[in-house]
Amino acid sequence: MKSVTGKPSKFDAFVDKLKKESPIHIAKRMDAPKWLPWVVRVSAVIVAIFVCAIVCVGEGGSFGGFFTELFRASFSTGRRVVNLLQEIAILLLIALAVTPAFKMKFWNIGAEGQVLMGALMSVVCIKYLGTYVTNGSMSDGGLIFICLIAAIVGGAGWAVIPAIFKAKWNTNETLFTLMMNYIATGIVAFSIVAWVPAGSFTLGILPQGHLPNVGGYPYIINIIVVAILVVLVWVYLRFSKHGYEISVVGESVNTARYIGVSVPKVIIRTMLLSGMLCGVAGWLLVNGASFSITTETVGGRGFTAILVSWLGQFNPFAMVVVAFLVAFLTKGGSQLASTYNFGGSFPKIMTGIFFFIFIACEFFVNYKLKFNFEHLRKEKNQNECVADDVIDVQAEDDNKNNDATESNMDEEVTD
Amino acid sequence: MKKRILALVLCVALVAALSVGLVLGLAACNNNDDTLKVGLICLHDENSTYDLNFIDAMERARVELGFSKAQIVIKKNIPEGPECYDAAVELVEDGCDIIFADSFGHEDHIIRAAKEYKDVQFCHATGTKAHTENLANYHNAFASIYEGRYLAGVAAGLKLQEMGYGEGTTLGNAPKVGYVGAFPNAEVKSGYTSWFLGVRSIISGATMDVTFTSSWYDQVAEHTAAETLISAGCVLISQHADSMGAPNSCKEHSVPNVTYNVSTESSCSGTYIAGSRINWTPYYVYAIKALQNGEQIAADWTGTLATGSVELLEIGTAAAPGTKEKLDAVKAKLIDGTLHVFDLDTFTVGGVKLTSFPADIDSDAEYVHETAVDLSKGYIEESTLRSAPYFDLDIDGITLPQA
Repeated sequence: MKSVTGKPSKFDAFVDKLKKESPIHIAKRMDAPKWLPWVVRVSAVIVAIFVCAIVCVGEGGSFGGFFTELFRASFSTGRRVVNLLQEIAILLLIALAVTPAFKMKFWNIGAEGQVLMGALMSVVCIKYLGTYVTNGSMSDGGLIFICLIAAIVGGAGWAVIPAIFKAKWNTNETLFTLMMNYIATGIVAFSIVAWVPAGSFTLGILPQGHLPNVGGYPYIINIIVVAILVVLVWVYLRFSKHGYEISVVGESVNTARYIGVSVPKVIIRTMLLSGMLCGVAGWLLVNGASFSITTETVGGRGFTAILVSWLGQFNPFAMVVVAFLVAFLTKGGSQLASTYNFGGSFPKIMTGIFFFIFIACEFFVNYKLKFNFEHLRKEKNQNECVADDVIDVQAEDDNKNNDATESNMDEEVTD
Repeated sequence: MKKRILALVLCVALVAALSVGLVLGLAACNNNDDTLKVGLICLHDENSTYDLNFIDAMERARVELGFSKAQIVIKKNIPEGPECYDAAVELVEDGCDIIFADSFGHEDHIIRAAKEYKDVQFCHATGTKAHTENLANYHNAFASIYEGRYLAGVAAGLKLQEMGYGEGTTLGNAPKVGYVGAFPNAEVKSGYTSWFLGVRSIISGATMDVTFTSSWYDQVAEHTAAETLISAGCVLISQHADSMGAPNSCKEHSVPNVTYNVSTESSCSGTYIAGSRINWTPYYVYAIKALQNGEQIAADWTGTLATGSVELLEIGTAAAPGTKEKLDAVKAKLIDGTLHVFDLDTFTVGGVKLTSFPADIDSDAEYVHETAVDLSKGYIEESTLRSAPYFDLDIDGITLPQA
């Protein structure tokens, strides 16, 4: 920041002084090996889990008990494994849904509302077509299929509105999609009150349109559907022409125009895809899990999924790992909370610690710290032998040399 | 002779050894079954006064039953969706023999689990479907909280009297009180009507304005609702919602307040008068003991003043003098059956005394008021046809928000 007059300002002087004298420097990693970021991230996960363990011990749990309960929550029975996979599946599907838009640098934070609208459309179908299943004029499978189509239309419709506004009038998609979430919640609340005029305004389990259990377990179909979609989305982004166009629009709108890509078309098409995937998530939530709807049906997953997508570097397979970690820690956290009778916020504290450390570690992926204690030692020397100029100069030279060797070493030594 | 004695001794020893072995073996096999395990599913956590009431009640029940802490498993922050069903299944897998849930919206998901795990008992508070589902292991419970609210209403009436209202006074006999309700459903309507009838048992000409916040917990909405009622001329406020919104608003405007579930004497001293709450401990003890003794748990269980399920909170320092004595007298009458909250002589609907009351007892998609409640005793028996309240009439003297 140069001052207006061109003379170095006090601030500049301060920055210069810091640069010269600070014992710690932050430097961008330029030529880090490919495996390094993953080493950093895996260590971050381990650190996060150990910090959670320390918090657990501090709350009155035991260290061994922490790990036993953490793993017991997700892996002790077949049923728990299925529950874990279901949680991963839904979170992952929503993360998959927001990813194409994010790659395009279209900041869609409206997944919560898009999933909710998909879910609502599915419930509308069950609510009004369910009687045809009961009287035998329609099969349950047929109803489930209609629900799927309606949910996809609902999710896509909710997503395409901000996309059209962005493409035609360049409105701010972040605010627009965020607002759409609240409208969707309002519409769901309104619908429930309309359907349930008495009682506690709770729409109970609807009797039709249930996806069947497989092998005695619920959620299996959800998990299979999402597993297939992970591969499809990966192929779409990586190998299709659409995927390429998304990347180009994300890199530079002007480049996209130059090579003849219609940017509004790509924006609308990609958001339609995002919305469709959100719709599928809504369908799975209704027909494959809750058989009902509340304003909390999505339960914030639309926002957590954004983190999953980002932390997975928009790579569907990396997102599987992140979604697993989030679901695993949430389940472990609530298991610990009930075993040790912790407060209800404990799972949130655990996921909070995880996200904090995992996001913070990106700093170490991109930057490194350089320590320069020589300089401090030099300052000490300076104070001791103020008169001796020769030594002082010598020390400064030494310092420079040290600096150079140290930074060379830093390039090689990894965290 | 010696041989005979030896044979006898050996036989006795063998039988003894066998029975010891059998007992030990059975004990080892039934290790999990002998120590009863109890699960509790809560909608929110201890930060919600509603859920805290259940969590505290379970702790008291645990102490009363002499259970260890490991015998009680509490799952908090379980939404009213498939998460509730999953939580119930996980509790079953953890060896729980009886599972309680605390929120109305948990009901269908608990029923789903109950159908799947027939040898585990599921007890759902505030639900309405146990008497129609006909599952041997699914039960509803509530309490005659309308009696508690009536008593709290009496305390409010005495306060109004102290403030100078009543027949022949300069302020007159027609003070207006206000009520912040959550939803216009039977539970809330039964609650505010009984409270209002309590007020009117002291100040016969009182009227009441009611508003609804459309949420069980919304600090801001409840605060605003109370403020609106106060500016509309209400001189005393009560509420059926779980936040501190209304009590705080009353404190700010120095308007007396009657609460539900928690006493606000510590934070709203000077405006807090009295309140009532449901104590779930008697139900927990009842259901767990029934299971221990191999008895069937009632499909619908209604706690009363007599079972200790309906409690009055502490009497506030702002309450009128003599409140405690009066409440004790009224409470005794309610318990011995000489006084009934919904006495047909104390209220009118549409200007006339009630001659018939069709109630919505059985849950169905159309919300038909299919059951004719017996009025021959001269009063409406609330919470007897099922445990959850069903009194949902709009009686005269209460002004509802314009639809």
